[in-house]
Amino acid sequence: MQARTAVTIKRPVEEVYAFWRDLTNLPAFMYHLKSVEPTGNGRSHWTANGPAGATVDWDAELVEDTPGQRIAWRSLEGAKVSNSGSVTFTPAPGGDGTEVRVELSYDPPGGALGKVVAKLFGEEPQQQISDDLRRLKQVLETGEVVLSEGSPEGTRFARLVRQRPAEPVG
Amino acid sequence: MRANCWMGKTDLEVREVPDPTLLNARDAIVRITSTAICGSDLHLYNGYIPTMRKGDILGHEFMGEVVEVGPAVANLKVGDRVVVPFPIACGNCFACERELYSLCENSNPNAAVAEKLMGHSPAGIFGYSHMLGGYPGGQAEYARVPFADVGPIKVEDDLTDEQVLFLSDIFPTGYMGAELCDIKPGDVVAVWGAGPVGLLAMASARLLGAERVVAIDRFPYRLRLAAEHADAEPINYEETDVADALQWITAGRGPDACIDAVGLEAHQSSRALHAYDRTKQVARLETDRPHALREAIISCRNGGTVSVIGVYGGMVDKFPMGSVMNRSLTIRTGQCHAQRYLRPLLDRIRNGEIDPSFVISHTLPLDQAPQGFEMFRDKEDDCTKIVLKP
Repeated sequence: MQARTAVTIKRPVEEVYAFWRDLTNLPAFMYHLKSVEPTGNGRSHWTANGPAGATVDWDAELVEDTPGQRIAWRSLEGAKVSNSGSVTFTPAPGGDGTEVRVELSYDPPGGALGKVVAKLFGEEPQQQISDDLRRLKQVLETGEVVLSEGSPEGTRFARLVRQRPAEPVG
Repeated sequence: MRANCWMGKTDLEVREVPDPTLLNARDAIVRITSTAICGSDLHLYNGYIPTMRKGDILGHEFMGEVVEVGPAVANLKVGDRVVVPFPIACGNCFACERELYSLCENSNPNAAVAEKLMGHSPAGIFGYSHMLGGYPGGQAEYARVPFADVGPIKVEDDLTDEQVLFLSDIFPTGYMGAELCDIKPGDVVAVWGAGPVGLLAMASARLLGAERVVAIDRFPYRLRLAAEHADAEPINYEETDVADALQWITAGRGPDACIDAVGLEAHQSSRALHAYDRTKQVARLETDRPHALREAIISCRNGGTVSVIGVYGGMVDKFPMGSVMNRSLTIRTGQCHAQRYLRPLLDRIRNGEIDPSFVISHTLPLDQAPQGFEMFRDKEDDCTKIVLKP
C-alpha cells in the first residue's frame, strides 16, 4: 500500500530537516508511534501502538540522508510488516518556508495479522500520514499540537467520526 | 458552570457542564461577563450548519476577566479584562502572518472535515460546529481561549462591556464588509440586511467616507436604526421595488458597492424564487438561500464591488455568474479577520467616533438564552441584538 502527502511549514528548511532527522521526535507528531530509538550505524528501533494496548516493533535503517534535502528509510529483514518511506524538504516560494513531501509504502500481510496492521498503520493510511504532517506543522509553527474539546488529542482521523461534544473535558 | 447548549434543531438548553481547564500552554481561561447571540448562531439553531453534536456549547461573541493563564502566555495576567475575537488563530502560520486570521492554518484540529466540504479548511471558530474545530462557545460562564497570546485584546475599565463587546465579531465584521468595498469619495454603498452586522457595516461605510448609504430590509424598526445611526436611506423591499429604488437613487448607475449582510437564510419577497430555494433546501439539493446575494449582484453598477459578509455554509443555486462576468464585478468576501481590527476599532470607540452598543435591544440572563434565540429569530419586540449576562 502506498500513501503520500505534503505540507508547507513556515520554518527554515534546515530546522524542519533537523527536527525530522532526530528520529526520537517522530512520536511527537506521528501518533501511531510509541518510540523510535537510534541504535547506531544509521539503524533504529521502532515501536508502534497496536490495538488493545499491544505494541508492535521492528528495526529499520536509513537508506539516504542528504542534510536539508531528503531522508529515506526502510525496515530490516524480520520486520513483521515490511515498510519504507522518504521525506523531502524543499524551500517554499517566498523564502521563509519548507515544502515537506512524504511517501510511504508497506506490505500488509493477509489474515489476522493484516487486520492488526490495518489498525496499526491506520485503516486510512493516507489520512493518517496527512494527520501526522498537520501535527508536524502545528508543532513547528505554534509549539503545540492544537487541541479542541471536540478533538482533545488533537487532529486524529478516528476522532473525526467520534467527536466529543464541544463542552469542557472535565 | 452553566452553558447554553445545542441539543438539536431549535432545541437549546442551559445546562450544568464542567468548568473549562487549560489544555495547552498557550491557553487562558476567561470568566465571561457579557456575551451575545449572533445572526450566524441562528443558522446553527435552525439546523443549517452540519456537524453539530448534542451538547455543543454555542456562542462566539464574548468578553470577561482572565482567571487563569497557561505558562506560555506572557502578555496576559489573571485579572486582565479582555474581549476575545471569534476566530481562533495561532499567529505563526503564513495566513496569520498576512493578517488573514480567519484562515489560520493550524487552529482547526478537524480540518480534514472542512477540507472535504470546502477544499481547504479555514480557522477554527468558537462554538460553531465540529467542522470548524469542535470548540465550546462563549454563551457560558467560562471559556478556554486557545492562543490567548494572539487573540484577546485588553480593555481598560472606563468603557462598559456594552461598548466593547462587539469587537469580538460584529463590529469588525461590519467594518471589514465596508472596507472590502474600497470606498472612494462620492461612492454610493447599498447594504442588504439591517441587522446588527448590516447596521455596523453602514456606520463603518460612513466612517470610511461613503457619500450615500442605502439600507435594504423589511422591518421598519431596523430601517429606522439605519437612518438614525448611519444616516442611511431606507428601502423596505416589501413595499418598494429595490432595483427601481436604487436606479433612482444612483441616477441609473447602480450602487458602487453592494454589501450582503444577510447570508444563507435570506428571506425573499418574490414568492416563486423563494419557493424554489426553500424546496431545494428541504430536499437538500441546495443548502443556502442566496436571495440577497443575487439581488446585490444584479443591482451593482458595472465594474463595482460586491462585498459578502453574510455567512454561507454550502452550495447555492441559480447564481448570476453571467452578470458578474460580463459586467466586470469584483466579489470580495471572507469570515472577518477580527484580530486585525481589534486595536484600530477600539481606538475609534475610545475616540467617540462610534458606539456600537446602539444595536443592543435586549439584555437577558444567560439562563434565558433559549427564549432569547426565539425572540431574535422571530424579531419579536423590535429585537435587534441580545446581550446575555452569565
